[in-house]
Amino acid sequence: MNDEIDISQLETAEILELIQDDLYDGLADEVVVSVKELLNRDMTPYDVLTQGLVAGMAVVGNDFRDGILFVPEVLMAAKAMKAGMEILRPLLVETGAPQVGSMVIGTVKGDIHDIGKNLVAMMMEGAGFNVINLGINTDADAFIDAIREHNVDILGMSALLTTTMPYMQVVIDALKDQGLREQIIVLVGGAPLNEAFAEEIGADAYCRDAAVAVETAKKLIAIKRGQLT
Amino acid sequence: MTTIQSILEKSGYVITDGAMGTVLFSSGLDQGDPPELWNVDYPDRVAAVHQAYYDAGAQVMLTNTFGGNRYRLMLHNAQDRVAEVNQAAAAILREVVSKNDNQAVVAGDIGPSGQVLTPYGELSFQEAKEGFAQQAEALISAGVDVIWIETMSDLEEVRAAVEGARQVSADIPVVTTMTFDTHGHTMMGVSPEQALETLTPLRPLALGGNCGNGPEEIIEVIQKMHAVDPDMTLVAKANAGIPELVKGRPVYRASPATMADYAVKSYQAGARIIGACCGSTPDHVKAISQALAAHTQR
Repeated sequence: MNDEIDISQLETAEILELIQDDLYDGLADEVVVSVKELLNRDMTPYDVLTQGLVAGMAVVGNDFRDGILFVPEVLMAAKAMKAGMEILRPLLVETGAPQVGSMVIGTVKGDIHDIGKNLVAMMMEGAGFNVINLGINTDADAFIDAIREHNVDILGMSALLTTTMPYMQVVIDALKDQGLREQIIVLVGGAPLNEAFAEEIGADAYCRDAAVAVETAKKLIAIKRGQLT
Repeated sequence: MTTIQSILEKSGYVITDGAMGTVLFSSGLDQGDPPELWNVDYPDRVAAVHQAYYDAGAQVMLTNTFGGNRYRLMLHNAQDRVAEVNQAAAAILREVVSKNDNQAVVAGDIGPSGQVLTPYGELSFQEAKEGFAQQAEALISAGVDVIWIETMSDLEEVRAAVEGARQVSADIPVVTTMTFDTHGHTMMGVSPEQALETLTPLRPLALGGNCGNGPEEIIEVIQKMHAVDPDMTLVAKANAGIPELVKGRPVYRASPATMADYAVKSYQAGARIIGACCGSTPDHVKAISQALAAHTQR
């Protein structure tokens, strides 16, 4: 942690900016100190989340999308964000703060690649979503059980192989059979995918990268909740 | 003995093979199943792919061991079979080459661990190095001529693989290529120039780019590397375009003619070891081989 800065002397707005910088630089300890200071100043956990962590991760996401930051920087930022979230999570539950949204995510059956999928999970958490990460090699039953159990807004599916991406269709068909398709937003991603594929299998959107996934998730949730048309 | 250097001295360039997985899938490999286990279960089918690439003009061929390290095999509960599948793969390719008067080089293929190294991920450098050394040991003991490290995105992981191989054999030639598929960088943010500068001190026989978003992307990578060091032997092994899904099956759109055009452009950009990656077939390699022969005879 940077001993040069005595954050108790800073304005609240300055601390919020500091959180953004520290997230960008992946400094977990510094983020934790700032989060605690803001809570001491009676800022609500929800405001600390949205104005501090989520705002900071949005900058990280934009620069990742634009090719200014790459996976290593995003992973470090996500770790710093998680450290801040660990303090906020119980308080958010306690205070009944509004939920940004929730997601079940997994790499589809037959596919064992999880770096990109985990990156999406982290960026979604960074945007304030509650994420249930089912890992790799996930079959339709596992997706459906998790969707039922956690009653989530979004299903995210990932595949790196051209041979496994068709399984996404199997999952979407299973959602329809179970009468769940209408209530859930389906996002798909992975190196070999594209928009035409997402459309062909009846997903709601293809997300090129983790930053696009977050943007798309927010937009589609807002539409679903009637906040956008 | 045929070596990469001896071919380079003779003709000025080297043709490598193309995709293994793509061709095995059309021979009945199921989606999601690891191609490496076929070295043991269906050695004849793997050998047939090598022979087809040899017939198409490939002078360097890669063993069917891309996912043959313990970390990748672990995902299929086959982590105890590293020695078995890698030795089998090297033996299959060695036999194909022997049958053809040893006119090709046997390259032992090593792909990424599939994990993220510390501090960004969980896998330590030492663990990665041990995993790669174990795979290299099996490949080298079964007689590969060169270790071929490919599709890497993290420079530290490349170093772990090179050091792992050298730990087994201090003088085994090593070729290493990375995948520059993210805004002109690797997924981990490595530029072609940075790759060249960081990997040159590891004394690779050659380095370059493979896989990624089709031929155009790799030509740019070669240009950038060549600009930094015109003396380095550069490798281009592009995918046959970006796959599209047609009726549930992936189709790579780049035709053999497109890949032939890419091969000549890669050569002009400075690449001297040229072949193909995902989505390619012996037909693509044949077109590459013929195009380069025609181009260099002019």
